Amino acid sequence: MAEETQAIDPDGDPYWQGAAEGELRYRKCGACDASIFYPRSICPKCGATDPDWAVSKGEGSVYACSTVHRAPPAFADNAPYTVLLVDLDEGFRMMGGLVGTEAIAVGDRVTVTFQDGPNGRPAPYFTPA
Amino acid sequence: MDFCACLEIIRNVERTAESQAECAAVLWGKSLSLKKACAIAGVAESRLGVVPDSTVLTLQAEAFAAALADAGLEKSDVDGVLVSGAWGRLPQLQICEYLGIQPKYADSTSVGGASFEFHLGHAAAAIQARLCKVAVILYGSTQRSKQDKYIFQIRNDLGYQYEAPYGLPTPVGAYALAASRHFAEYGTTSEQLADLAVSTRAWAGLNPKAYRRDPLTRDEVLDSGMIASPLHRLDCCLFTDGGGAVVVVSPDVAKTLDKPPVWLLGQGESLSHAQISEMPDLTVTPASESGKRAFEMAGVSHDQIDVTEIYDSFTITVLLTLESLGFCKPGEGGAFLANGRTGPGGEFPLNTNGGGLSYCHPGQYGIFLIIEAVRQLRGECDARQVADAVLALISGTGGVLSSNSTCILGLE
Repeated sequence: MAEETQAIDPDGDPYWQGAAEGELRYRKCGACDASIFYPRSICPKCGATDPDWAVSKGEGSVYACSTVHRAPPAFADNAPYTVLLVDLDEGFRMMGGLVGTEAIAVGDRVTVTFQDGPNGRPAPYFTPA
Repeated sequence: MDFCACLEIIRNVERTAESQAECAAVLWGKSLSLKKACAIAGVAESRLGVVPDSTVLTLQAEAFAAALADAGLEKSDVDGVLVSGAWGRLPQLQICEYLGIQPKYADSTSVGGASFEFHLGHAAAAIQARLCKVAVILYGSTQRSKQDKYIFQIRNDLGYQYEAPYGLPTPVGAYALAASRHFAEYGTTSEQLADLAVSTRAWAGLNPKAYRRDPLTRDEVLDSGMIASPLHRLDCCLFTDGGGAVVVVSPDVAKTLDKPPVWLLGQGESLSHAQISEMPDLTVTPASESGKRAFEMAGVSHDQIDVTEIYDSFTITVLLTLESLGFCKPGEGGAFLANGRTGPGGEFPLNTNGGGLSYCHPGQYGIFLIIEAVRQLRGECDARQVADAVLALISGTGGVLSSNSTCILGLE
Protein backbone atom coordinates (compact mmCIF):
# COMPACT_ATOMS: atom_id res chain seq x y z
CA MET A 1 0.00 0.00 0.00
CA ALA A 2 3.04 2.27 0.25
CA GLU A 3 2.71 3.62 -3.27
CA GLU A 4 -0.84 4.77 -2.55
CA THR A 5 0.32 7.11 0.21
CA GLN A 6 2.46 8.94 -2.34
CA ALA A 7 -0.44 9.81 -4.63
CA ILE A 8 -1.75 13.33 -4.26
CA ASP A 9 -5.36 13.51 -3.09
CA PRO A 10 -6.55 17.03 -2.22
CA ASP A 11 -9.64 15.56 -0.48
CA GLY A 12 -7.85 13.02 1.67
CA ASP A 13 -4.39 14.42 2.37
CA PRO A 14 -5.44 17.12 4.89
CA TYR A 15 -7.61 14.53 6.65
CA TRP A 16 -4.78 12.01 7.06
CA GLN A 17 -2.40 14.81 8.03
CA GLY A 18 -4.91 15.71 10.76
CA ALA A 19 -5.00 12.10 11.94
CA ALA A 20 -1.19 12.14 12.19
CA GLU A 21 -1.50 15.24 14.38
CA GLY A 22 -4.27 13.75 16.56
CA GLU A 23 -7.09 15.73 14.97
CA LEU A 24 -10.32 14.36 13.48
CA ARG A 25 -10.94 16.72 10.59
CA TYR A 26 -14.15 17.11 8.61
CA ARG A 27 -15.55 19.84 6.39
CA LYS A 28 -18.25 22.38 7.00
CA CYS A 29 -20.29 24.02 4.23
CA GLY A 30 -20.08 27.82 4.35
CA ALA A 31 -23.35 28.14 2.44
CA CYS A 32 -25.74 25.68 4.14
CA ASP A 33 -23.80 24.84 7.34
CA ALA A 34 -23.87 21.08 6.62
CA SER A 35 -21.18 18.95 8.26
CA ILE A 36 -19.52 17.01 5.47
CA PHE A 37 -17.91 13.57 5.74
CA TYR A 38 -16.04 12.11 4.02
CA PRO A 39 -14.16 15.31 3.14
CA ARG A 40 -14.75 16.48 -0.43
CA SER A 41 -14.52 19.57 -2.58
CA ILE A 42 -18.29 20.10 -2.97
CA CYS A 43 -21.13 20.11 -0.48
CA PRO A 44 -23.27 16.99 -1.11
CA LYS A 45 -26.28 18.76 0.44
CA CYS A 46 -26.42 22.09 -1.41
CA GLY A 47 -23.72 21.89 -4.08
CA ALA A 48 -21.63 24.82 -2.85
CA THR A 49 -17.95 24.35 -3.62
CA ASP A 50 -14.84 24.57 -1.44
CA PRO A 51 -16.29 23.93 2.04
CA ASP A 52 -14.22 24.91 5.11
CA TRP A 53 -12.17 22.48 7.16
CA ALA A 54 -13.18 21.93 10.80
CA VAL A 55 -11.97 19.81 13.72
CA SER A 56 -14.33 17.44 15.53
CA LYS A 57 -14.26 16.91 19.30
CA GLY A 58 -14.27 13.21 18.45
CA GLU A 59 -17.26 12.30 20.60
CA GLY A 60 -20.28 10.44 19.33
CA SER A 61 -22.67 7.48 19.50
CA VAL A 62 -22.50 4.07 17.87
CA TYR A 63 -25.01 4.00 14.98
CA ALA A 64 -24.25 0.42 13.90
CA CYS A 65 -21.62 -2.21 14.74
CA SER A 66 -20.45 -5.60 13.53
CA THR A 67 -17.88 -7.99 14.88
CA VAL A 68 -15.93 -9.53 12.02
CA HIS A 69 -15.11 -13.24 12.38
CA ARG A 70 -14.23 -14.07 8.75
CA ALA A 71 -11.82 -11.28 7.92
CA PRO A 72 -10.28 -10.26 4.60
CA PRO A 73 -6.80 -11.87 4.24
CA ALA A 74 -4.85 -8.74 5.25
CA PHE A 75 -6.84 -8.51 8.49
CA ALA A 76 -7.11 -12.22 9.34
CA ASP A 77 -4.59 -12.13 12.19
CA ASN A 78 -6.67 -9.55 14.07
CA ALA A 79 -10.04 -11.32 13.92
CA PRO A 80 -12.40 -11.12 15.65
CA TYR A 81 -12.55 -7.33 15.69
CA THR A 82 -15.36 -4.81 15.67
CA VAL A 83 -16.18 -2.19 13.04
CA LEU A 84 -18.39 0.77 13.93
CA LEU A 85 -20.42 3.43 12.23
CA VAL A 86 -20.29 6.42 14.58
CA ASP A 87 -22.55 9.49 14.58
CA LEU A 88 -20.27 12.34 15.69
CA ASP A 89 -21.84 15.09 17.79
CA GLU A 90 -21.06 17.66 15.07
CA GLY A 91 -23.59 15.95 12.80
CA PHE A 92 -21.67 13.59 10.53
CA ARG A 93 -21.25 9.83 10.37
CA MET A 94 -18.06 7.87 9.76
CA MET A 95 -16.70 4.34 9.93
CA GLY A 96 -14.15 3.47 12.59
CA GLY A 97 -12.54 0.51 14.33
CA LEU A 98 -13.22 -0.31 17.96
CA VAL A 99 -10.04 -0.46 20.04
CA GLY A 100 -9.95 -3.67 22.06
CA THR A 101 -12.54 -6.41 22.45
CA GLU A 102 -14.92 -4.89 24.98
CA ALA A 103 -18.60 -5.47 24.23
CA ILE A 104 -20.21 -2.52 22.48
CA ALA A 105 -23.77 -1.87 21.39
CA VAL A 106 -25.73 0.48 19.16
CA GLY A 107 -26.29 3.72 21.07
CA ASP A 108 -23.15 3.47 23.22
CA ARG A 109 -21.03 6.63 23.54
CA VAL A 110 -17.50 6.49 22.11
CA THR A 111 -14.48 8.79 21.86
CA VAL A 112 -11.95 9.02 19.07
CA THR A 113 -8.34 7.90 19.49
CA PHE A 114 -5.61 7.58 16.88
CA GLN A 115 -3.48 4.55 16.11
CA ASP A 116 -1.60 3.22 13.13
CA GLY A 117 -3.83 1.61 10.53
CA PRO A 118 -2.87 -1.40 8.39
CA ASN A 119 -0.83 0.78 6.01
CA GLY A 120 1.20 2.23 8.89
CA ARG A 121 -0.53 5.58 8.66
CA PRO A 122 -2.35 6.92 11.76
CA ALA A 123 -6.14 6.57 11.48
CA PRO A 124 -9.07 7.37 13.76
CA TYR A 125 -10.37 4.54 16.00
CA PHE A 126 -12.84 4.66 18.86
CA THR A 127 -12.95 3.62 22.51
CA PRO A 128 -16.02 3.39 24.77
CA ALA A 129 -16.52 6.77 26.50
CA MET B 1 -53.20 11.61 -30.05
CA ASP B 2 -50.92 9.26 -28.19
CA PHE B 3 -47.23 9.49 -27.56
CA CYS B 4 -46.27 7.31 -30.54
CA ALA B 5 -48.37 9.40 -32.91
CA CYS B 6 -46.53 12.40 -31.51
CA LEU B 7 -43.22 10.84 -32.30
CA GLU B 8 -44.39 10.18 -35.85
CA ILE B 9 -45.18 13.83 -36.30
CA ILE B 10 -41.89 14.97 -34.85
CA ARG B 11 -39.90 12.51 -36.93
CA ASN B 12 -41.68 11.76 -40.14
CA VAL B 13 -44.31 14.23 -41.21
CA GLU B 14 -44.07 17.81 -42.23
CA ARG B 15 -44.54 19.73 -39.02
CA THR B 16 -47.25 22.34 -38.91
CA ALA B 17 -47.86 24.79 -36.09
CA GLU B 18 -51.05 22.90 -35.34
CA SER B 19 -49.44 19.47 -35.13
CA GLN B 20 -46.63 20.89 -33.02
CA ALA B 21 -49.10 22.40 -30.56
CA GLU B 22 -50.94 19.11 -30.32
CA CYS B 23 -47.64 17.33 -29.68
CA ALA B 24 -46.72 19.81 -26.98
CA ALA B 25 -50.02 19.15 -25.21
CA VAL B 26 -49.33 15.43 -25.22
CA LEU B 27 -45.68 15.70 -24.25
CA TRP B 28 -46.08 18.23 -21.44
CA GLY B 29 -49.68 17.63 -20.48
CA LYS B 30 -49.04 14.27 -18.83
CA SER B 31 -45.99 12.41 -17.68
CA LEU B 32 -44.69 9.70 -19.93
CA SER B 33 -45.02 6.14 -18.73
CA LEU B 34 -43.20 2.95 -19.61
CA LYS B 35 -46.30 0.89 -18.87
CA LYS B 36 -46.57 -1.81 -21.54
CA ALA B 37 -43.87 -0.09 -23.58
CA CYS B 38 -42.21 -3.49 -23.92
CA ALA B 39 -42.72 -7.17 -23.22
CA ILE B 40 -40.37 -9.91 -22.18
CA ALA B 41 -40.42 -12.57 -24.87
CA GLY B 42 -37.63 -14.95 -23.88
CA VAL B 43 -35.57 -15.90 -20.84
CA ALA B 44 -32.86 -18.46 -20.12
CA GLU B 45 -30.00 -19.36 -17.82
CA SER B 46 -26.71 -20.87 -18.90
CA ARG B 47 -25.35 -23.83 -16.96
CA LEU B 48 -25.17 -22.80 -13.30
CA GLY B 49 -23.24 -23.75 -10.19
CA VAL B 50 -19.69 -24.89 -10.89
CA VAL B 51 -18.94 -24.73 -14.63
CA PRO B 52 -15.17 -25.08 -15.01
CA ASP B 53 -15.24 -25.65 -18.80
CA SER B 54 -16.55 -22.16 -19.50
CA THR B 55 -15.66 -18.49 -19.78
CA VAL B 56 -17.81 -15.42 -19.18
CA LEU B 57 -18.31 -15.30 -22.93
CA THR B 58 -19.33 -18.93 -23.46
CA LEU B 59 -21.83 -18.77 -20.57
CA GLN B 60 -23.44 -15.63 -21.98
CA ALA B 61 -23.55 -17.13 -25.47
CA GLU B 62 -25.24 -20.21 -24.02
CA ALA B 63 -27.92 -18.13 -22.28
CA PHE B 64 -28.29 -15.82 -25.30
CA ALA B 65 -29.00 -18.66 -27.72
CA ALA B 66 -31.42 -20.34 -25.33
CA ALA B 67 -33.32 -17.11 -24.60
CA LEU B 68 -33.67 -16.31 -28.32
CA ALA B 69 -34.98 -19.83 -28.94
CA ASP B 70 -37.40 -19.39 -26.03
CA ALA B 71 -38.66 -16.18 -27.68
CA GLY B 72 -38.78 -17.66 -31.16
CA LEU B 73 -36.46 -14.98 -32.54
CA GLU B 74 -33.19 -15.00 -34.49
CA LYS B 75 -29.90 -13.33 -33.72
CA SER B 76 -30.45 -11.06 -36.71
CA ASP B 77 -33.55 -9.64 -34.98
CA VAL B 78 -31.49 -8.26 -32.10
CA ASP B 79 -30.79 -4.53 -32.38
CA GLY B 80 -30.26 -3.62 -28.72
CA VAL B 81 -27.84 -5.04 -26.12
CA LEU B 82 -27.70 -4.22 -22.41
CA VAL B 83 -24.89 -5.59 -20.23
CA SER B 84 -23.54 -4.91 -16.78
CA GLY B 85 -20.20 -6.58 -17.27
CA ALA B 86 -17.95 -6.29 -14.21
CA TRP B 87 -15.97 -9.13 -15.78
CA GLY B 88 -13.52 -7.50 -18.14
CA ARG B 89 -12.20 -4.55 -20.03
CA LEU B 90 -14.96 -2.84 -22.04
CA PRO B 91 -17.30 -5.81 -21.52
CA GLN B 92 -20.07 -4.40 -23.70
CA LEU B 93 -17.75 -4.34 -26.71
CA GLN B 94 -16.36 -7.80 -25.97
CA ILE B 95 -19.70 -9.58 -25.71
CA CYS B 96 -21.22 -7.82 -28.75
CA GLU B 97 -18.16 -8.75 -30.79
CA TYR B 98 -18.26 -12.37 -29.57
CA LEU B 99 -21.95 -12.73 -30.44
CA GLY B 100 -21.53 -10.88 -33.73
CA ILE B 101 -24.02 -8.12 -33.00
CA GLN B 102 -23.63 -4.46 -33.93
CA PRO B 103 -26.46 -3.03 -31.85
CA LYS B 104 -28.22 0.24 -32.62
CA TYR B 105 -28.82 0.70 -28.92
CA ALA B 106 -26.32 -0.15 -26.17
CA ASP B 107 -26.53 0.35 -22.40
CA SER B 108 -23.84 -0.63 -19.91
CA THR B 109 -25.46 0.61 -16.72
CA SER B 110 -23.50 -1.18 -14.00
CA VAL B 111 -24.74 -0.53 -10.48
CA GLY B 112 -24.16 -3.97 -8.97
CA GLY B 113 -26.58 -6.88 -8.86
CA ALA B 114 -29.61 -4.68 -9.57
CA SER B 115 -28.25 -3.61 -12.96
CA PHE B 116 -30.61 -5.89 -14.91
CA GLU B 117 -33.76 -4.36 -13.43
CA PHE B 118 -32.34 -0.99 -14.45
CA HIS B 119 -31.72 -2.47 -17.91
CA LEU B 120 -35.33 -3.58 -18.19
CA GLY B 121 -36.53 -0.01 -17.63
CA HIS B 122 -33.92 1.39 -19.99
CA ALA B 123 -34.82 -1.15 -22.69
CA ALA B 124 -38.47 -0.15 -22.34
CA ALA B 125 -37.59 3.53 -22.76
CA ALA B 126 -35.41 2.79 -25.78
CA ILE B 127 -38.11 0.66 -27.39
CA GLN B 128 -40.75 3.32 -26.68
CA ALA B 129 -38.51 5.91 -28.34
CA ARG B 130 -38.09 3.48 -31.27
CA LEU B 131 -34.36 3.29 -30.85
CA CYS B 132 -34.57 -0.51 -31.04
CA LYS B 133 -37.15 -3.31 -31.24
CA VAL B 134 -35.49 -6.40 -29.82
CA ALA B 135 -33.13 -5.81 -26.90
CA VAL B 136 -31.20 -8.51 -25.06
CA ILE B 137 -30.04 -8.18 -21.46
CA LEU B 138 -27.01 -10.36 -20.69
CA TYR B 139 -24.88 -11.48 -17.78
CA GLY B 140 -22.27 -14.14 -17.10
CA SER B 141 -19.74 -14.94 -14.41
CA THR B 142 -17.18 -17.65 -13.74
CA GLN B 143 -16.33 -16.28 -10.29
CA ARG B 144 -16.60 -19.73 -8.68
CA SER B 145 -14.43 -21.72 -11.10
CA LYS B 146 -11.91 -18.95 -11.68
CA GLN B 147 -11.96 -17.90 -7.99
CA ASP B 148 -12.42 -14.31 -9.12
CA LYS B 149 -13.01 -12.47 -5.87
CA TYR B 150 -12.81 -8.93 -7.16
CA ILE B 151 -15.91 -7.95 -5.22
CA PHE B 152 -14.22 -8.88 -1.94
CA GLN B 153 -11.11 -6.77 -2.44
CA ILE B 154 -10.74 -3.86 -0.06
CA ARG B 155 -10.08 -0.70 -2.04
CA ASN B 156 -8.07 2.15 -0.61
CA ASP B 157 -8.64 5.06 -2.94
CA LEU B 158 -11.06 7.95 -3.44
CA GLY B 159 -14.11 7.62 -1.20
CA TYR B 160 -13.07 4.12 -0.09
CA GLN B 161 -9.93 5.32 1.74
CA TYR B 162 -12.00 6.37 4.77
CA GLU B 163 -13.35 2.84 5.29
CA ALA B 164 -10.28 0.87 4.19
CA PRO B 165 -8.34 0.85 7.50
CA TYR B 166 -11.05 -1.02 9.41
CA GLY B 167 -11.14 -4.37 7.58
CA LEU B 168 -14.87 -4.53 6.94
CA PRO B 169 -15.34 -7.51 4.59
CA THR B 170 -17.25 -6.38 1.50
CA PRO B 171 -20.10 -6.77 0.89
CA VAL B 172 -21.13 -8.94 3.88
CA GLY B 173 -19.84 -6.53 6.54
CA ALA B 174 -21.92 -3.64 5.21
CA TYR B 175 -25.07 -5.77 5.32
CA ALA B 176 -24.12 -6.90 8.83
CA LEU B 177 -23.98 -3.26 9.93
CA ALA B 178 -27.46 -2.69 8.50
CA ALA B 179 -28.73 -5.79 10.31
CA SER B 180 -27.19 -4.61 13.59
CA ARG B 181 -29.05 -1.33 13.25
CA HIS B 182 -32.37 -3.03 12.45
CA PHE B 183 -31.93 -5.46 15.36
CA ALA B 184 -31.24 -2.56 17.76
CA GLU B 185 -33.99 -0.31 16.48
CA TYR B 186 -36.77 -2.88 16.13
CA GLY B 187 -35.80 -6.00 18.07
CA THR B 188 -35.43 -8.11 14.93
CA THR B 189 -33.78 -11.47 15.62
CA SER B 190 -31.38 -13.91 13.96
CA GLU B 191 -34.14 -16.53 14.22
CA GLN B 192 -36.41 -14.45 12.00
CA LEU B 193 -33.67 -14.05 9.39
CA ALA B 194 -32.91 -17.77 9.60
CA ASP B 195 -36.55 -18.56 8.82
CA LEU B 196 -36.19 -16.79 5.48
CA ALA B 197 -33.16 -18.93 4.64
CA VAL B 198 -35.17 -22.04 5.56
CA SER B 199 -38.19 -21.02 3.41
CA THR B 200 -35.96 -20.12 0.48
CA ARG B 201 -34.24 -23.50 0.70
CA ALA B 202 -37.63 -25.20 0.64
CA TRP B 203 -38.34 -23.48 -2.71
CA ALA B 204 -34.93 -24.60 -3.95
CA GLY B 205 -35.91 -28.16 -3.11
CA LEU B 206 -38.61 -27.83 -5.78
CA ASN B 207 -36.22 -26.43 -8.41
CA PRO B 208 -34.04 -29.01 -10.20
CA LYS B 209 -31.60 -26.27 -11.21
CA ALA B 210 -30.95 -25.08 -7.65
CA TYR B 211 -27.44 -25.52 -6.27
CA ARG B 212 -28.45 -26.45 -2.71
CA ARG B 213 -31.66 -28.44 -2.38
CA ASP B 214 -31.44 -30.34 0.93
CA PRO B 215 -33.93 -29.14 3.54
CA LEU B 216 -32.54 -26.69 6.06
CA THR B 217 -33.51 -26.00 9.68
CA ARG B 218 -33.43 -22.79 11.68
CA ASP B 219 -30.78 -24.27 14.01
CA GLU B 220 -28.56 -25.19 11.07
CA VAL B 221 -28.58 -21.55 9.99
CA LEU B 222 -27.87 -20.29 13.52
CA ASP B 223 -25.07 -22.87 13.96
CA SER B 224 -23.45 -22.26 10.57
CA GLY B 225 -20.78 -19.98 12.02
CA MET B 226 -20.66 -16.21 12.38
CA ILE B 227 -19.19 -14.30 9.42
CA ALA B 228 -19.81 -10.73 10.57
CA SER B 229 -22.27 -10.38 13.43
CA PRO B 230 -25.19 -10.72 13.31
CA LEU B 231 -24.94 -12.54 9.95
CA HIS B 232 -24.10 -16.26 9.83
CA ARG B 233 -22.71 -18.19 6.90
CA LEU B 234 -26.20 -19.35 5.87
CA ASP B 235 -27.52 -15.78 5.97
CA CYS B 236 -25.23 -15.23 2.97
CA CYS B 237 -25.82 -16.03 -0.68
CA LEU B 238 -24.05 -18.72 -2.69
CA PHE B 239 -20.86 -18.10 -4.66
CA THR B 240 -21.42 -19.74 -8.06
CA ASP B 241 -20.81 -19.48 -11.78
CA GLY B 242 -23.65 -18.76 -14.14
CA GLY B 243 -25.17 -16.60 -16.83
CA GLY B 244 -28.54 -15.39 -17.95
CA ALA B 245 -30.28 -13.66 -20.84
CA VAL B 246 -33.58 -11.82 -21.20
CA VAL B 247 -35.12 -10.86 -24.56
CA VAL B 248 -37.17 -7.65 -24.44
CA VAL B 249 -39.34 -6.72 -27.43
CA SER B 250 -41.64 -3.99 -28.69
CA PRO B 251 -45.42 -4.55 -28.50
CA ASP B 252 -45.47 -5.02 -32.29
CA VAL B 253 -42.91 -7.81 -32.14
CA ALA B 254 -44.58 -9.37 -29.07
CA LYS B 255 -47.83 -9.88 -31.00
CA THR B 256 -46.07 -12.03 -33.61
CA LEU B 257 -44.61 -14.56 -31.14
CA ASP B 258 -45.96 -17.88 -29.91
CA LYS B 259 -45.46 -17.57 -26.17
CA PRO B 260 -47.64 -15.14 -24.21
CA PRO B 261 -45.83 -11.82 -23.71
CA VAL B 262 -44.96 -10.82 -20.17
CA TRP B 263 -45.49 -7.06 -20.01
CA LEU B 264 -43.49 -4.53 -18.09
CA LEU B 265 -46.23 -2.65 -16.23
CA GLY B 266 -44.11 -0.48 -13.98
CA GLN B 267 -40.48 0.26 -13.25
CA GLY B 268 -38.63 2.59 -10.94
CA GLU B 269 -34.97 3.01 -10.08
CA SER B 270 -32.95 4.82 -7.45
CA LEU B 271 -29.33 5.24 -6.39
CA SER B 272 -28.47 6.02 -2.78
CA HIS B 273 -24.72 5.77 -2.07
CA ALA B 274 -21.58 3.79 -2.89
CA GLN B 275 -20.31 2.82 0.55
CA ILE B 276 -22.20 1.88 3.67
CA SER B 277 -20.99 4.79 5.83
CA GLU B 278 -22.73 7.12 3.35
CA MET B 279 -26.15 5.41 3.54
CA PRO B 280 -28.56 7.90 5.11
CA ASP B 281 -30.64 5.35 7.08
CA LEU B 282 -29.39 1.77 7.26
CA THR B 283 -32.93 0.43 7.65
CA VAL B 284 -34.38 2.10 4.53
CA THR B 285 -33.07 1.07 1.12
CA PRO B 286 -33.45 2.89 -2.24
CA ALA B 287 -36.30 0.42 -2.89
CA SER B 288 -38.50 2.91 -1.02
CA GLU B 289 -38.09 5.34 -3.93
CA SER B 290 -37.98 2.91 -6.84
CA GLY B 291 -40.88 0.85 -5.47
CA LYS B 292 -43.11 3.90 -5.20
CA ARG B 293 -42.40 4.75 -8.84
CA ALA B 294 -42.99 1.19 -10.04
CA PHE B 295 -46.34 0.83 -8.24
CA GLU B 296 -47.48 4.24 -9.45
CA MET B 297 -46.62 3.43 -13.07
CA ALA B 298 -48.26 0.00 -12.95
CA GLY B 299 -51.35 1.31 -11.18
CA VAL B 300 -51.59 -1.77 -8.98
CA SER B 301 -51.51 -2.26 -5.22
CA HIS B 302 -49.38 -4.50 -3.01
CA ASP B 303 -52.15 -7.00 -2.30
CA GLN B 304 -52.60 -7.65 -6.04
CA ILE B 305 -49.06 -9.05 -6.42
CA ASP B 306 -49.16 -12.84 -6.78
CA VAL B 307 -45.45 -13.68 -6.65
CA THR B 308 -42.44 -11.69 -5.48
CA GLU B 309 -38.76 -12.08 -6.35
CA ILE B 310 -36.49 -9.99 -4.10
CA TYR B 311 -32.70 -9.81 -4.36
CA ASP B 312 -31.35 -12.01 -1.57
CA SER B 313 -27.63 -11.42 -1.38
CA PHE B 314 -28.19 -11.79 2.36
CA THR B 315 -31.27 -12.56 4.43
CA ILE B 316 -31.27 -8.99 5.77
CA THR B 317 -31.41 -7.63 2.18
CA VAL B 318 -34.84 -9.19 1.74
CA LEU B 319 -36.18 -7.92 5.06
CA LEU B 320 -35.08 -4.34 4.39
CA THR B 321 -36.33 -4.41 0.79
CA LEU B 322 -39.79 -5.71 1.76
CA GLU B 323 -40.15 -2.95 4.35
CA SER B 324 -38.88 -0.30 1.97
CA LEU B 325 -41.29 -1.45 -0.73
CA GLY B 326 -44.15 -1.15 1.74
CA PHE B 327 -45.16 -4.82 1.95
CA CYS B 328 -44.99 -4.33 5.71
CA LYS B 329 -44.32 -1.44 8.06
CA PRO B 330 -40.81 -0.46 9.17
CA GLY B 331 -39.75 -2.87 11.89
CA GLU B 332 -42.28 -5.55 10.95
CA GLY B 333 -40.04 -7.35 8.44
CA GLY B 334 -38.87 -9.92 10.97
CA ALA B 335 -42.38 -11.12 11.75
CA PHE B 336 -43.25 -10.95 8.04
CA LEU B 337 -40.53 -13.49 7.18
CA ALA B 338 -40.82 -15.78 10.19
CA ASN B 339 -42.35 -19.24 10.45
CA GLY B 340 -42.41 -20.20 6.79
CA ARG B 341 -44.76 -17.41 5.61
CA THR B 342 -42.67 -16.98 2.44
CA GLY B 343 -42.05 -20.66 1.66
CA PRO B 344 -43.96 -23.12 -0.55
CA GLY B 345 -47.62 -23.11 0.52
CA GLY B 346 -47.10 -19.93 2.58
CA GLU B 347 -49.23 -16.83 2.17
CA PHE B 348 -46.47 -14.77 0.51
CA PRO B 349 -44.60 -16.76 -2.19
CA LEU B 350 -41.11 -15.24 -2.27
CA ASN B 351 -37.97 -16.15 -4.20
CA THR B 352 -39.60 -19.19 -5.70
CA ASN B 353 -36.51 -20.44 -7.56
CA GLY B 354 -34.57 -20.80 -4.31
CA GLY B 355 -32.98 -17.37 -4.60
CA GLY B 356 -29.41 -16.26 -4.35
CA LEU B 357 -29.35 -18.09 -1.04
CA SER B 358 -29.91 -21.58 -2.49
CA TYR B 359 -30.35 -21.58 -6.31
CA CYS B 360 -27.38 -19.65 -7.72
CA HIS B 361 -25.51 -16.39 -7.18
CA PRO B 362 -22.83 -15.57 -9.75
CA GLY B 363 -21.90 -12.14 -8.36
CA GLN B 364 -24.67 -10.05 -9.90
CA TYR B 365 -27.88 -11.97 -9.36
CA GLY B 366 -30.57 -9.58 -10.63
CA ILE B 367 -31.06 -11.15 -14.06
CA PHE B 368 -32.32 -14.35 -12.42
CA LEU B 369 -35.13 -12.42 -10.67
CA ILE B 370 -36.50 -11.51 -14.11
CA ILE B 371 -36.09 -15.05 -15.44
CA GLU B 372 -38.02 -16.60 -12.55
CA ALA B 373 -40.80 -14.00 -12.57
CA VAL B 374 -41.38 -14.56 -16.30
CA ARG B 375 -41.51 -18.35 -15.86
CA GLN B 376 -43.97 -18.03 -12.97
CA LEU B 377 -46.27 -15.78 -15.01
CA ARG B 378 -46.09 -18.16 -17.98
CA GLY B 379 -46.91 -21.09 -15.71
CA GLU B 380 -43.69 -22.95 -16.53
CA CYS B 381 -42.53 -23.71 -12.98
CA ASP B 382 -43.86 -27.24 -12.39
CA ALA B 383 -43.53 -28.22 -8.72
CA ARG B 384 -42.80 -24.67 -7.58
CA GLN B 385 -45.50 -23.00 -9.65
CA VAL B 386 -47.54 -20.36 -7.82
CA ALA B 387 -51.12 -21.03 -8.91
CA ASP B 388 -52.79 -18.47 -11.19
CA ALA B 389 -49.97 -15.93 -10.96
CA VAL B 390 -50.73 -12.94 -13.17
CA LEU B 391 -48.78 -10.17 -11.44
CA ALA B 392 -45.16 -10.41 -10.30
CA LEU B 393 -42.90 -7.94 -8.54
CA ILE B 394 -39.13 -8.08 -8.77
CA SER B 395 -36.74 -5.86 -6.85
CA GLY B 396 -32.99 -5.83 -7.42
CA THR B 397 -30.46 -4.45 -4.96
CA GLY B 398 -26.87 -3.66 -5.90
CA GLY B 399 -23.67 -2.70 -4.12
CA VAL B 400 -24.10 -2.37 -0.37
CA LEU B 401 -27.83 -1.52 -0.38
CA SER B 402 -26.67 1.16 -2.82
CA SER B 403 -28.92 0.83 -5.86
CA ASN B 404 -32.39 -0.53 -6.43
CA SER B 405 -34.69 -1.03 -9.35
CA THR B 406 -38.14 -2.49 -8.92
CA CYS B 407 -40.25 -3.84 -11.79
CA ILE B 408 -43.83 -5.02 -11.91
CA LEU B 409 -44.60 -7.60 -14.59
CA GLY B 410 -47.94 -8.91 -15.74
CA LEU B 411 -49.68 -11.06 -18.31
CA GLU B 412 -52.04 -8.29 -19.42
